[in-house]
Amino acid sequence: MATTPMAWRSRFAQPPPGGQFPLVLTQRRVYILPTRPGLLFAATLVTMLLGCINYNLGLGFVLTFLLGGCGVLTMLHTYRNLAQLRLRPGQVEPVFAGDPAQFPVHLDNPGQIPRLSLRLECGAVRSAWFDVPAAGQQTACLAFPTLQRGVLVLPRIRVRTTFPLGLFNAWSNVDMELQALVYPRPTPGPVELPQPVGGNGGVRQHGPGQEDFAGLRDYHPGDSLRHVAWRTEARDQPLMTKQFSGQSGGEIWLDWAEMSPRLGTEERLRLLARQLLDAQALGASVGLRLPQGEFSPKPGPEHLHRCLGALALFPAH
Amino acid sequence: MSQERGRLRPGILHSLTAALGAILLPHVTHLPLWCSAACAAFLGLRTMLTWRGQASPGRWTLVALALACALGIALGFGAAFGRDASVALLALMLGLKLLETQSSRDATVCICLGYFLIITNFLYSQTIPTAACMLVLMIWLTATMVSAQDRTGALGPKQCLRLAGTLLLQGLPVMLVLFLLFPRINGPLWGFPQANNSSLTGLSDRMSPGSISNLGRSDAVAFRVEFQSPMPSPASLYWRGPVLWDFDGRTWNAAAMLSTAPMQHTAKGPSINYTVTLEPHSQRWLFAIDLPRNVPDGVLLTGDYQLLAEQPVRARIRYDISSHSSYQYGLEEAPQALVRALRLPEGLNPRARELAQALLAAQRQPQAVVNEVLRMFRTQLFYYTLEPPPLGRHSVDEFLFRTKRGFCEHYASAFVFLMRAAGIPARVVTGYQGGELNPVGDYLIVRQSEAHAWAEVWLRGQGWVRVDPTAAVSPARIQRGIAAAVPEADPLPLSVRGNLEALRSLAFTWDAVANAWNQWVLGYSPDRQMELLHDLGLAHPNWRTLVILVVGLISSVLGALAFVILLRLRPAPGDPVEQLWKRFCAKLARAGAPRRISEGPQDFAQRAAKRLPSMGKEIAAITQCYIGLRYADPGPRPQEAHPKEVRRLQALIRHLRPGRGPPRT
Repeated sequence: MATTPMAWRSRFAQPPPGGQFPLVLTQRRVYILPTRPGLLFAATLVTMLLGCINYNLGLGFVLTFLLGGCGVLTMLHTYRNLAQLRLRPGQVEPVFAGDPAQFPVHLDNPGQIPRLSLRLECGAVRSAWFDVPAAGQQTACLAFPTLQRGVLVLPRIRVRTTFPLGLFNAWSNVDMELQALVYPRPTPGPVELPQPVGGNGGVRQHGPGQEDFAGLRDYHPGDSLRHVAWRTEARDQPLMTKQFSGQSGGEIWLDWAEMSPRLGTEERLRLLARQLLDAQALGASVGLRLPQGEFSPKPGPEHLHRCLGALALFPAH
Repeated sequence: MSQERGRLRPGILHSLTAALGAILLPHVTHLPLWCSAACAAFLGLRTMLTWRGQASPGRWTLVALALACALGIALGFGAAFGRDASVALLALMLGLKLLETQSSRDATVCICLGYFLIITNFLYSQTIPTAACMLVLMIWLTATMVSAQDRTGALGPKQCLRLAGTLLLQGLPVMLVLFLLFPRINGPLWGFPQANNSSLTGLSDRMSPGSISNLGRSDAVAFRVEFQSPMPSPASLYWRGPVLWDFDGRTWNAAAMLSTAPMQHTAKGPSINYTVTLEPHSQRWLFAIDLPRNVPDGVLLTGDYQLLAEQPVRARIRYDISSHSSYQYGLEEAPQALVRALRLPEGLNPRARELAQALLAAQRQPQAVVNEVLRMFRTQLFYYTLEPPPLGRHSVDEFLFRTKRGFCEHYASAFVFLMRAAGIPARVVTGYQGGELNPVGDYLIVRQSEAHAWAEVWLRGQGWVRVDPTAAVSPARIQRGIAAAVPEADPLPLSVRGNLEALRSLAFTWDAVANAWNQWVLGYSPDRQMELLHDLGLAHPNWRTLVILVVGLISSVLGALAFVILLRLRPAPGDPVEQLWKRFCAKLARAGAPRRISEGPQDFAQRAAKRLPSMGKEIAAITQCYIGLRYADPGPRPQEAHPKEVRRLQALIRHLRPGRGPPRT
C-alpha cells in the first residue's frame, strides 16, 4: 500500500529507458511544404514570367528563372536546417497547478552548419526561436499552462523552421514522451498546522500538560478536528479552533482522515500541499497519511516532493 | 499562423526601405513627377516611423491614400492604361505597403513587389550596367528576406548578404537550363507593348535638309551584321531603306505604296549571305544591301525594293537575308510609277529647272545628263559637311548656286530634282552606307552616323540605276566612311572619329560584349532556341521532348546541388588519430573483442590481447602508439612529431589482420 505513491519518482524524473532517444530527424520524419509567403513568391514569379513573355524581356527571363531556381533550392536549405538534428527529452521539474510547466528538449546538431531560427510548437504553445550551433547543442523549452493537479503529458510536439527565405516550412512531429507532475495548488494564506508530536512514532494524545492552550481563533478549513472548540460550536457560535503554543519543529503528521469532512477532495489536497510547504518552511519533519498509504516524517526537500507528488497523483474520487 | 506576424527589427525595415528606394530610383525618369514625389514621401515617412519606433498609419489612412493614388493614376493616364500606368501604380502600391509593413509577412509582400519592380526596370533598359545594378539589388532584397527570417538575429548584414549570394549562385545552373530550354513563345500575350521610347533615332519616311546630317551626329547603333559569305568592300555596302518619291519643294516623302509586287530583276555575281540584328526604330523598314533577295518570312518586299516588317520594329530583331550587289531591275517599270518619278512642285527652284533644260538640250542622252551633273558636283567647289548653312524657299537653287555646302541629303535632293527637271525619272533612296568592322566580334556595326541618301534614276534599257552624288563630291565618304569625309571641326561623335585608337579598341570590345549580350540574352528568341536545339542534335523538337529534356536536366542539376548542400549535414571529420583508433576497435570487434564503453585503451588492449593472443604484440604496439599520440606530452615541437607517428599508427592498423573471430577450442 505504502509503495504505490512512491513509485512516481522513477517514472517521472527520468526519461523512459526505451532506446528511441536521441530521436534523429531523418528524412522520413521531416515534412516540407510551401508557406503562404512561398505561394505568394511563386505567384509573383509566374506573373513576372508572363510579363517577360509579353514584353519579350530577355533579361527578365534571366532574373525570373534565377529567382525560381533560388526559390526551389531554399527547399533544400530549409530541409537541411532541420534534418539530422537529434532530440532528447530534458528533465521536467514538477510545478504547482497554475504555474507553467516547462518541458525542455535538448537538440544536438552533429553537422557542420549551424541551424538557425527553429522553434518548438505544440498547438498554441510555442517556444522562443532558437539556433543550434554547428556541432553543438541547444535546449529549448515549451511552457505549458497547468490548470489542475495530476500528470500533464506533453502531446506530440512539432519542431519547425522556415529559414532561410521563409518560402518553405519544414517540420517534424515528435513525441518526446515527457510528462510533468503537477502538484495541487496550495491553499493561499496562513493555515493551521496540526500539533507536532514527540519523537518515536505513533500519534500521541495531547493533554494540557504537554501543550499550552494559547486561546481560540477563527476556524480555517483544514484545521484538525481535534483542535476544534466543540463547546463553542454547541453554543451555536461560529467554529473556533483551539490554539496551542510551541507548534514548531518536531514531527508533524498530516492525516487525510482527520481533515474536516466538509472539505472536498481537491480542497483537502490543496490544504495538505499548503501545510506541507509551511511545515517545510518551519523546518519540521512532516508525515503524510493518505488513504492509499503513508509517508513517515522526514526532513528535507526530497521528502517534501515525494509527499507533494503523492498529492498530485491522488485518485480523483 | 500568427507567428509570422512577429515584428520586424528596425534594421530590417531600414534595409528594405533602402533597397526598394534603389529599385524605384531608375523609374523616376519615366514616372510622372507626382508619382515619384509620392513614392519618395512614403519611403521617407517609413524611415521616420521606423527611426522613432512609431506605429504605421491607421488602416483607413492607408485606404484613403491608396484610393487617392489610384485616382491620380486614372486621371493622369486616362484610358491609356498601359505599361507606364501599371508601373506607376505598382510603385505607389509598393510605397503604401511599405508604409504599412510591420511583420515579416508584410516584408515578404514588399520583397515580392520589389522583385517585380526590378523586372519592370527592364522594360526601359536592358543594358549590361542595368543588369548589374539590378542583380546587386536582387541580392540585397534576398539578403533582407534572409534577415527577416533570421528570428534570433544570429546573422550579421554581411552574413545575410553572403547567404543570399550563395542562394542565387546555386540558382544559377537551374536558371541556365530554364533560360535556354524553357519553351519560348513569341509575345505579346495581351495588349500591345508600347514603344520602348518615342524619341528613337533613325531614318523616317521624310527627308528634308538637315534631317540626315542630324543623324550623322549620333553614334547610336542602327544595326549589326554578321556576314556568312566574304564581306563586300565598304564602298558597295548600300543599306537600302525608305524610298522617297514625292517632293514638295523642301521635303521628300515616301510614297503611299505603289505596288507590292517586286519587279523582275536579274542578279549578277555571287550572292551575299548575312544576318542583320536591327535595333528598334519604331518604323517598319528593315535594311538590306542593295538588292535584297530571299526575304525572311513575314516581311514584305515592295515594288521599289523596300523591306517592310508587318509591325513597326519595337524590339531588337534578327533576320537572315541575302543580297546581290550587282544587279539589274525595273526594266519594265509601270508607266504611272515613271510619271510619279517625274513630278515636281510648280513654281519652285526656277534656276535649277533652267539648268536641267540646258543640260538636256546639250546632251540629249539621259546617261550623259547624269554624268554631266555628277561632273558638275565633282568639279565645282561643292563641300561635304555636317553643318550646312540653312536654306530658304528655293532650297535646291540656293544650294546649287549659292551655298554649295551640304550633306548627302542636299546632294541627293538636288540631283533628283535636276533629273526630274530634265525628264529623267528619278527618286531618292535613304538608308545607310558602309559600316565599321568590329575586329573583336568579327561583325559590322552600322551606326546612325552612317545614314545616307542617294538617288536612283530610271534609264531605258537599264532599269533603275543607283547614282550617288555624294560619291562625286566626296569619294572618301563612300570609300573610307564619314569620319574621313567631313571637316575636323564638324561635330561627329567621338566613337566615329578614328583618331583615338586606344579608346576605339576599347569601344570595339565593349560593343562586342554588348552584341553578344543582345544576341544571347536579350535576343534569345524561339528561333534561336530552335537553332540551339538543332545544334544539340534535336532536329525537330516538339513540346514533349522539350519538357522531358527540361525536367530531366533540372532534376539532375537539383540532384547534384542537393548532394553538395546536404553534404554538410555530416559531422565534420574528426581528428585523424581518433578515427584510426575507431577503425582499430572495429577490426578487433569483428575479430571478437569489442571494446566496452567503460574501458580505457590500456584495459581494452590487455583484454583484447588475452582474447586474441595471436596478435598480442601488434595490439600492444598500436595501443602504445595511440596512447603516445593521444595523451603524451606533445613535447617541444609537436607539429613535426605528429604526422610521422600518425602515419606509423595508420600502417600498424592497416597491417593488423585479425581472423574471423577467435580460435575456438
